Amino acid sequence: MKKTDQILFFAFSVCILFLPLILKESYILHVFVFIGINTMLAIALNLLLGYAGQISLGQGALYGLGAYISAILSAKYGVNPWLGMGVSAVIVSAVAFIVGFPILKLRGHYLAMATLGLGIILYIIFNETVDWTGGPSGFPGIPNLKLGSLTFDNDVANFYLVWFFALITMFLALNLYQSRIGRALRAVSDSEVAARIMGVDAWLLKVKIFAASAFISSLAGSLYAHTVTFIAPASFGFNFSVELLTMVVVGGLGSVFGSFLGAAILTLLPEWLRVFHDFDIVIYGLLLILIMMFMPRGLAGLVSHLKAKVYVESK
Amino acid sequence: MQSQVFRLSILLAAIIFLFVPAQAAEIVKLGALFSVTGPPSFLGEPERNTAQMMVEKINKGGGVKGKKLELIVYDTQGDPTKANQAADRLIKEDKVVAIMGPSTTGETMAVIPLVEKAQIPLVSCAAGIKITEPVKKWVFKTAQNDSLAVEKIFQHLKEKKINKVAILTVSDGFGSSGREQLKIHAPKYGIQIVSDDTFGPKDTDMTAQLTKVKGTQAQAIICWGTNPGPAVVARNVKQLNLNIPLYMSHGVSSKKFIELAGEAAEGIILPSGKVLVADLLPDKDPQKRHLLSFVQEYKARFKTEGDHFGGHAWDAVMLIKNAMENSGFTPAAIRDGLEKTKNFSGIGGIFSFSPEDHAGLTVDAFVLVQVRNGTWALVK
Repeated sequence: MKKTDQILFFAFSVCILFLPLILKESYILHVFVFIGINTMLAIALNLLLGYAGQISLGQGALYGLGAYISAILSAKYGVNPWLGMGVSAVIVSAVAFIVGFPILKLRGHYLAMATLGLGIILYIIFNETVDWTGGPSGFPGIPNLKLGSLTFDNDVANFYLVWFFALITMFLALNLYQSRIGRALRAVSDSEVAARIMGVDAWLLKVKIFAASAFISSLAGSLYAHTVTFIAPASFGFNFSVELLTMVVVGGLGSVFGSFLGAAILTLLPEWLRVFHDFDIVIYGLLLILIMMFMPRGLAGLVSHLKAKVYVESK
Repeated sequence: MQSQVFRLSILLAAIIFLFVPAQAAEIVKLGALFSVTGPPSFLGEPERNTAQMMVEKINKGGGVKGKKLELIVYDTQGDPTKANQAADRLIKEDKVVAIMGPSTTGETMAVIPLVEKAQIPLVSCAAGIKITEPVKKWVFKTAQNDSLAVEKIFQHLKEKKINKVAILTVSDGFGSSGREQLKIHAPKYGIQIVSDDTFGPKDTDMTAQLTKVKGTQAQAIICWGTNPGPAVVARNVKQLNLNIPLYMSHGVSSKKFIELAGEAAEGIILPSGKVLVADLLPDKDPQKRHLLSFVQEYKARFKTEGDHFGGHAWDAVMLIKNAMENSGFTPAAIRDGLEKTKNFSGIGGIFSFSPEDHAGLTVDAFVLVQVRNGTWALVK
């Protein structure tokens, strides 16, 4: 990990640690629980899209699969939720690993179509297997996570729970970027042919990173299920996959902190824009267009651009 | 350019400032969660419109016991996650005394853990039976249970001595709930389901499923869905010359269905909330007065006819108002007041809540209607 990233990560963690003290009982704290979950999801997608240059429009469904497996194991079979979380993450990454072999041979639009198909198939399964998932009207009564005598059933506890996992994800993703695998991934992203000539097994590497991405998405799904205690397919549809894609692109491709910024902006913005009543969606869309027009490298790109500018001027 | 944007935003801010009412001691805050946009916007929009219309009307008439109501509406976009976030905001930031909505069952279920914990009464506008069964202390609902519509159809089938039916349901929340209820209640009325098929919400041809029905001994078809699927079913039934009665659900009880199905709609029987046929009801019907005034007021303001979806919000607003008048303005008082409501005639039916029943309606909430000459007629 780069020195600057280390410092930034440490500062960020400290900020997160003290955030509940500032926000106290505000609803913003509740929103930050979702920002934590979305940050994990955005990083998971960023590993694919930003690092390896592979698009996925099925992330929302993998997230949902994790949530549903966790919910079914804990609410129907009384499995310990922590264990259920682990089991569902292993299952979901195994599914991604197996499906990844044929799918990740594809490139560009074809890959987008295939992952979109995967997402739609899973979405239909959530809706149709009513006996297992409760169908379109959802799955209620999922137990909260417990640690000794502490039950994660309030915003402060959930905040620390979710951000514990989100920070670990950020830390690992930052580490990966500068590692041998990270370099190989970026090589695949730049030119798959060149990477293969240099001895990188591009196909296997893409499948592995897809499985890793599914693992993180599944954990995020389990966290969602156990904190909200209710899940329904509408939360895991195509719209959400696109929202995740927007988070990553707005935040900045390949940037871990960018993923956080993207997740935070896209989760908070609708809350701020509520004052505009019926026009909130129009303004929301306009802001996204403006961000893409003037910051093609996302919010993280803007930050590094400003930094470079200050650096040059101070010389 | 930049200064223009700046000026425009100042102007916008000023407009918003004008519309936000000044804080005063006599204001009671009510929250509302409707999916004004997103796939269920056909529910959320009339609900939002009706709630705003009714709150304004109450305020013009002097408020509730001299206190003015303030309605805070958040759009949930049909997404349970967004509904959950918005409910938390209503509770913690806006500090509302009661919440009406959300529009769909999934969103309502996502909000229930929050309101139960914060002890704020919720009057949902969704129909799912899971919402009030088992009974939750702080949760009520105004939309009729699907089981009531199912029983209304089965009663009619029994009178007609029909005992073998084919069911065809849409694969979404509405359809799966209907399918479940059809299967649960059929044995009670001595009805046998000889064919059980589903269709996708966006399917444009159901001849495959209906050809299968043709090969069975079905004496009637019950189709459960919301527009546009059932209109396709109606057309396909005519094309295949299936000469058996076709029943639909209350999901298509709107003029839109007759428009979509055209000629093929003739003769179809379905259960409907009374709002659809308000002017045809006998004068002694206790709901008639409210129904007519709701339909007319809605039409005068929004240029379309008030439907039963808006009616769910009408009922939610008026039930909460009624509870406030009788019991008081704190969340706990409103909850107790709601639970004590007896024989309240609203749009969806006549509500009587009790500690064991937070749905409050009976089979009488529905009437059977038939399409005759391109319009609705009451089935006696």
